Parts: sequence; structure tokens; C-alpha cells
Amino acid sequence: MNKNGVLKKILYINLSTKSYRVINRKELFEKNIGGTGVASKLLLEECPKNINPFDKESPIIFAIGNLTGVFPLASKTVSMFKSPLTKNLGESHAGGRSAIAMRMADIGAIVIKGKSDIPVYLAIYGNKVYFRDATTLWGMQSSEVVGKIIRNKEEYAGLRTIMRIGRAGEEKIPYASVITETYRHFGRLGLGAVFGSKKLKGIMIAGKHEIPIDNSKEYRKIYDEIFHQATSSEMMKKYHDLGTPQNVLPLNELKALPTRNLQSSYFETAEGISGESFAMEHLGRRLACSHCPVACIHIAALREPYDNEPYFYKTSMISYDYELIYSLGTMLGISKPKNVLRLIQEVEETGIDGMSTGVILAWATEASKKGIITEQQLDGVSLEWGNYKEYVKAIENIIEKPNEFYEDLSLGVYHTSRKYGGEDFALTFGRNEMPGYHTGPAAYIGFMIGARHSHLDSGGYSIDQKILTKQNLQPEDIVDKLMEEECWRQILSSLVICFFARKIYSEEIVTRSLKVLGLEYDMDEIKKLGEKIYKRKMEFKFREGFDFQNIEIPDRIIETKSPTIEFDKKFLKKALKYAEEKFKNNDVINK
Amino acid sequence: MKLKVVDTNRCVGCQNCMFACSRRNGNAGLSNSSIGVKSDGGMENGFKVIVCRACENPPCARACPTDALTPQKGGGVKLNKSKCIGCKACQEACIIDAVFWDEEHSKPVICIQCGYCVDYCPHDILELVD
Repeated sequence: MNKNGVLKKILYINLSTKSYRVINRKELFEKNIGGTGVASKLLLEECPKNINPFDKESPIIFAIGNLTGVFPLASKTVSMFKSPLTKNLGESHAGGRSAIAMRMADIGAIVIKGKSDIPVYLAIYGNKVYFRDATTLWGMQSSEVVGKIIRNKEEYAGLRTIMRIGRAGEEKIPYASVITETYRHFGRLGLGAVFGSKKLKGIMIAGKHEIPIDNSKEYRKIYDEIFHQATSSEMMKKYHDLGTPQNVLPLNELKALPTRNLQSSYFETAEGISGESFAMEHLGRRLACSHCPVACIHIAALREPYDNEPYFYKTSMISYDYELIYSLGTMLGISKPKNVLRLIQEVEETGIDGMSTGVILAWATEASKKGIITEQQLDGVSLEWGNYKEYVKAIENIIEKPNEFYEDLSLGVYHTSRKYGGEDFALTFGRNEMPGYHTGPAAYIGFMIGARHSHLDSGGYSIDQKILTKQNLQPEDIVDKLMEEECWRQILSSLVICFFARKIYSEEIVTRSLKVLGLEYDMDEIKKLGEKIYKRKMEFKFREGFDFQNIEIPDRIIETKSPTIEFDKKFLKKALKYAEEKFKNNDVINK
Repeated sequence: MKLKVVDTNRCVGCQNCMFACSRRNGNAGLSNSSIGVKSDGGMENGFKVIVCRACENPPCARACPTDALTPQKGGGVKLNKSKCIGCKACQEACIIDAVFWDEEHSKPVICIQCGYCVDYCPHDILELVD
């Protein structure tokens, strides 16, 4: 069968010389199927060992998968880079229109190196790259305005992606994000700062390509199966109805919702900022990523009066998700949806990762209460649980860095707590601020051993809730389960399938879908490929100094009672030791 | 039968209709789609859904210099690809931008009112009506 629909082109862009070339590497996309598989290979090729993430030779890589634009729900773009936050593997995924725009521009992956002398944004039409002067956009207050300007300046409305950074990225804050289509993000691990270090303000990609399919009958048949599942399954309906904030109440009931820097795992006023409350009080619109029928993106309408003039209002449209309600809500003791929305708006405008920012501010609030940091260091900001106005000021200070303390805070909670103290309640794993799941040991072991230190690496919270609420598992069993899941997720993220659709894209559907494009894999082969990609990512991590033995565990996660099985540091260290042995013995998936 | 946009306020911008339209001919992608969903000046403002209104005296057909577009009984047009020289006059003539362009083959793509897209609109924005 011919493989005309398989991705092949890689766009190599050099910002120093303002030049580019397109290279056909079909074999790379056949053997690695796309996304994480291709990006990890390119990262090992392009990223020099131990490089400073802000060095001009430090690469930015984007990759999509072979199913993108062919089947629904395969609409994520994988970015890889060296993280300025963890100084190790940077991998962040975003949806919006990014993946479809790349596919329609007939580009499988993009590698960006070098550093521009002036601020630029890239306009990519099909396989042509234009370097646009972005001097006037640099330093602009709101990333949303930057998006509007590029939107009006460039063509192909509806068939393009517009990625951009805010002031946080320009300032190289190591947890700065890249925003795409206003409401989606390459949120974690600091891709925005790497953009900023290259004076790259944004990237617009557009195209309208055709993907030839040989066996149209089989193609439509599988398409309809997937589409039917996506539009009729109960799980997808939940993502559509309330979105990820549906998790607020169940996690709170379980006593797994980190509150006030995890001094508690139960937020007494969670009802007020539940998915249900947000929907009833503020939901203004739902959005979908391109080629996804679910529409899980929830946009709130926030109407606010101006203080100085009667009957004068502004209405802002702000997207909200569970992770932000956790980090900028419960972690900071904020009980009203509109105040959470105001904080979300602040992180959106400045282009900073809302998850890291919330965890950092929660640590700073507790540190201030404990006298570890002084009023003078806080520079007139009075951090108090629930006081969103002061938190807005603190975020501005993280960007503007008026004194040494904020300079430190802008480098993350790991850095700051190692300098000022309070390590025991600095909620960071592998230097990445933690996600919102105090569900039990599997979640934490997942944060520690996962390649991205993300809850999405292996979904440990799910093991906690589904298994550990009913039975005990040994640390070794948990590690086995997490690694097996992380291996399979490499297949999903290589095909850039949204993890929300992981139950739809079973091994069978994955292999049948690939066959439509002429890529023959049996189930065993596809599983082995997942393991291979996982090991490749870990190879990069070890190369850059990752060591299971050096993972630091904050006392707080032990002190605040686990809602599932009880565990201590010994339990977690046993898991780390076992994980290390599995790599040493080349036994990632138990044979 | 004519394609009708029932309520754009329900549109979430998923573009499954566009992919469906292109898929009709058996291939994937978007080059062959005759329906367009784009934000109404930013996603915060919702979406425009552009479909051919099947005019009774279609300006696109009137503008065609080679008679490649034939008005159909009941509205709309049919494209004869072998007559089309790809001059884009039809596209210029449509004030709602419902004549789309297949850049791979340099020909217009115009809705034939088949309604294939309707089944792939998960949020009931499109309908096929008499």
C-alpha cells in the first residue's frame, strides 16, 4: 500500500540567519509515528549536551502525528525543548488549531534554532517562512492584544494557528508559557522563556492541504466508529458539560484537593468554585480544538464595573480549567469564581504558567506567615489567603522583579525555598511545581518518576482513586503500573491524541487507524514502540543529569493525611529505588 | 434540499463539518471543503459558519467567463471542472465568501447541498431543509 498520507516534511528554521529549509524525512515519521516519538528523536539530534536552555543552539521542536487531520481527536502539538525550569527535558502539549494548521501546511515537525537580533514573529504559509519584525509587539501589556494584531495582519482566518508569548516569556521567566488561539497553552516547563531568549514573539502557521487516502471505504468506517464513540460516550459528555472543573467536588469529597499550600486537602468552600458553580454563574461559551467534536474548553464571561463611572462595565472572556481552579483557587484559599477568574486573566495576559504561579504564591504566603520572608522582601504586597488583589500585585512583581526576592521567586519555588528555607512545604518535584492531586502515593510517585513530572505522564491519581481506595499495593506494584501506562501514553502523544480520548483510542483502534495510512504495526509492535520512545526520553533525562536518587520529597505531602493508603518517605524512596533498578536492568515493562 | 445554518451561537469551532466535506471525496484534510468556520474576530466572540446559500440567480455563475458553473433548479450551481480555468471570478462574485478554493488543483469548491456535513456537526448548527 502506498503511504502518501504519511508525514514527511521537517521545517528547519534558523533565527540567527533568518533562513530555513525543508527536509523530507519520511522514515522518521514511519518509524516513530509522529509527536513525542519524532520530537524526542529530533531533540537528541539537535540539543547539545548540558546546554544552557537560553543558548542560541538550544532548540525548539514542534511535532504532530500521522493521524492529525485524518481522524478526530488527534489535534495536539507536542513541543520539546530543554526546560529552563527543571534544566532537563521540556515537553509540553497544546491543542487549539496548532496541530491541524501544521498538518494543513504539510509540515510534520519544526525545529527552531539560533537567536534573532531583533524581535520577530514567524509567518509560515505552507512550506514558506516569512520573518516579520515584531519590535512593536515586544513589551506589550497583554498577550491577547498581540494575538489580535497578528490575526489582523495575516491571512487564512480559520485555517491557522497563532502562538505567542507574553511579557513573562520576554523576561525569560522559566515557567513562562506559549499561548495559542488565546485559550490553549504550551503551559508547563517554560517554552515561553525559550521563545523569549530567541527574541521570538510568536508563530503563525497556515495551510489547506489534502491528505490522500488509498482505502477510502475503510477510512470512513473507522472514522465513523471513532466519531460515534466521541460523541456518545458518557466520559466525553462530562468533558463537554462541565469540562475538567467537574473534578473539583469529587476530589474535595475524597479529601484530595490541595488547599492553602496543602496544609489541608479539603477546601471548605469548594462548592463555590466547583465546575457546577462556574458553569451556572459564568459559562459564556464552549470551544473545541480543531477536529475534536467534544468541546471541553470552557470560557467564562466576567462582567466587572469600573469604579470611577456608574453603569460602565467591561466584559472579559476567560477560559478556566480544573488545574487553574486548584492552583489559583484552592491553593490560595480563594472561594469566589470571579476572583479565580481575575487571577487567571492576569496569568493569561502576562503569559505565565498558572499552575506553577499558584504553587509559588501558595508557598510564599505560608513562608510569609511563618516569618521566613519579610514584609520588606514582599515590597508592600500583603499575601493573605483569599486576597486575590494582593496576588495580582505579586504576579506583576514576579514579571517586573522590583527586588532580589521577586527575582528569586521568578525562578520557581525550588530555587526560592533552597535559598530562603521552607523546603518542607515547597511543593515541587524534579523542580516542577506540583499538579492538583493529593490522591495518594501513586500520584506522587508519578510526579517523581514521570518524564515531565506531570500528572499526565502516567495518571497516578487514577491508580489512587480506582485501586488504592479498595486495596493496598506495594511501591513496586505502583511503579510497574505507572511505567506501563507511561509507555502506552507515548503512543498516544506520538499520534498526538488528546489524553481525554485515551479510552477511545484503544490498541486496536490505533493499529487499524495507522493501517489506513499504510503503516502496518501489530499490537505487540506498537507497545514496544511506546516503550522505546519512553526510554529515549529518559535517555535524554539521564544525559542531562537526572537521577532517581536525587529526587527531593517535601515533608508536606506526608504530613497532610493521604485519602487512600498511608505512606511515608521510606515507601516513596523504595519506589524510586525500584524505578532506578528497572532502568538499570532494562526491564521497564516487566517481561 | 438546502443547507441551513440554524444557530451559530451553538458553534464551538470544532470544524468537523469542514473535515466531513473534504472527506466526501475519500481523502482527508481540508483542501476540498466548501464550508468555512472561522472566529468572528477572535474566538471570544464565537464563530462565523459560511455555507453556500444556493442563490436562485447565482452571482458566481453569472461571473464565470467560461460557463463552468451551471445554475441548478431550486438554487445553487454545479461545477464543470473541465471548463474551469481557475480565474477566481466566481470567488470574487460571492459576497459571503462561500466559494472556497482548492489550492492543490486550483479550482473552486462549491457546496452541492448534499448535507454530508450535517451528520458530523455534534452541536446541531447545520440542517438540511426543503
